[in-house]
Amino acid sequence: MSQHHADHLVQAVNVTKSFGPNKVLEGIDLDVDAGEVVCLLGPSGSGKTTFLRLINQLETLTGGRIWVGGELVGFEERNGKLHTRTDADVARQRSRIGMVFQRFNLFPHMTALENVTEAPVHVKGVSRRVARKQALELLDLVGLGDRARFYPSQLSGGQQQRVAIARALAMKPELMLFDEPTSALDPELVGEVLAVMRDLAAEGTTMIVVTHEMAFAREVADRVVFMDQGGVVEQGAPDAVLLNPREERTRTFLRRVKQEAESEAQHDIELATLLKSFES
Amino acid sequence: MASNDERPGLIDAVPVRHYGRWAAVAAIVVLLLMLFNMLIFNPVFNWPFVLEVMNQAPVIEGLLKGTLLVTALTMIVGVLGGVLLAVMRLSDNPVLSWVSWAYTWFFRSIPRIVLLTIMGAGMGLIFRDGLSLGVPFDWKIIEWLGLSGDWRFLTLDANTLFSGFAGAVIGLGASEAAYMAEIARAGILSVDKGQTEAAQALGMSRAKAMRRVVLPQAMRVIVPPTGNETVAMMKDTSLLIALPLTAELFYQVGAIGSRTYQILPSYLAAVVYYLLITSVLMVGQSYLERHFGRGFGATVTSDKAIAEPGLMAGSAH
Repeated sequence: MSQHHADHLVQAVNVTKSFGPNKVLEGIDLDVDAGEVVCLLGPSGSGKTTFLRLINQLETLTGGRIWVGGELVGFEERNGKLHTRTDADVARQRSRIGMVFQRFNLFPHMTALENVTEAPVHVKGVSRRVARKQALELLDLVGLGDRARFYPSQLSGGQQQRVAIARALAMKPELMLFDEPTSALDPELVGEVLAVMRDLAAEGTTMIVVTHEMAFAREVADRVVFMDQGGVVEQGAPDAVLLNPREERTRTFLRRVKQEAESEAQHDIELATLLKSFES
Repeated sequence: MASNDERPGLIDAVPVRHYGRWAAVAAIVVLLLMLFNMLIFNPVFNWPFVLEVMNQAPVIEGLLKGTLLVTALTMIVGVLGGVLLAVMRLSDNPVLSWVSWAYTWFFRSIPRIVLLTIMGAGMGLIFRDGLSLGVPFDWKIIEWLGLSGDWRFLTLDANTLFSGFAGAVIGLGASEAAYMAEIARAGILSVDKGQTEAAQALGMSRAKAMRRVVLPQAMRVIVPPTGNETVAMMKDTSLLIALPLTAELFYQVGAIGSRTYQILPSYLAAVVYYLLITSVLMVGQSYLERHFGRGFGATVTSDKAIAEPGLMAGSAH
């Protein structure tokens, strides 16, 4: 049973999730291979974030199965019966997956450096000296080598998110999950976080990214998955899905995103004209 | 003055006069002078005698043992018990949650002086044969099996356990845990859920996420009311005579007062000690608040602290 699931790093089969009577996911099938970058797109409420949280067991499955690295997530199959995994086993599974949150969730009582060394030292049992050296390298990687001793409250949103990425990478995860990593950022700070993610993708990190950044998805993703109302509507190469969508729902969504972007651009132009009229 | 084409410079304005404030200050100064006059020149206070009482060996012993040591130990019992109760209360397990709720309900309902009185008078009666560590219901099991003897490894006398020093720590500690449980619960709930999620996503177990991530942040909310609880506990040690525990500050000065007929100066000795202890506790509290407030802007607000953050980093581990 479990053999063919090792072919993909992540394999989700018929995944469903309900919160009470509220069905959020209705039968998601999705495979992600090692080294692949997959962007999940779709309107809010489509279930993208819930799906991501299911992979890391921040929510429990209602139905279906998810395998990560050939191992069933959250459950163990013995004699044809599913057994819930122990707290320690769940923790072990999570430690192989890195996660970056929309609202960063850095530990505010620790410096940037301590945030990054926390899990290697206290989960993996890496020595403090080695963890510190690796953490400083990771902070350099995300361009924050000089901010190691700063507390999160002393960093900008973009810097905090980059520390959060370094913190997740410190566990050397097989898979990185990004849950709308730039949605809580001021527009001028989005670029620095996307740049770090672009580097990670170029290095061959396996990434599943929930995002609203269409340009990023088009440029970086190997595959984009469009979700709506708890299901996968269509998926494929970025250009295929974003430029020539097969499904009407995808077209509607992309049209709306485009209109919003245009009206924003229009707004910017009007503002610029207005400012120019003041100058003269 | 400034001509129209000159640009306005530094402000030198006439401030608003707060006549009401001046009157209040004057009244307070007069009242304070009256108070000091009374304290210094009223012979009833007899300050030399107050100092003498403060220096008596039984008073100092009572202060150290019955007041300070009992406060320290009960607060340790109370804080640890309170955190445990709070974690139980917030647990998914309904039995644990209910037990915690029932405990808090019971001990918050009973006045401390009543609790101590009943403990001192009643525990010896309730546990006539003492308290034993061993197999539960051993006499029944032994009867069924047709054996004799008992399966008890350690038996303590209930009277020595529940009255006197141990009783003071057990009684006041049990009561304090109920109050600390509510404080700790509020502290834990004040920490954003995203913190637990981030910790768990890194592979921490629930217990480790609680210990390493949630509780250190909850402490910021827990410490200030715990300071109040400590001061209140220090004052409540004056109830220990109900147990009865006599090696305690208030009882000892009272004893000297009734022996020497210098009632007021004797009790003043206790007042001075209580004031001193509270002052020291307040300093300790402000230190703790600074420690647990790090990263929240409470410690590192100046540019200097940012420029030399190496000073701050050492304190974290």
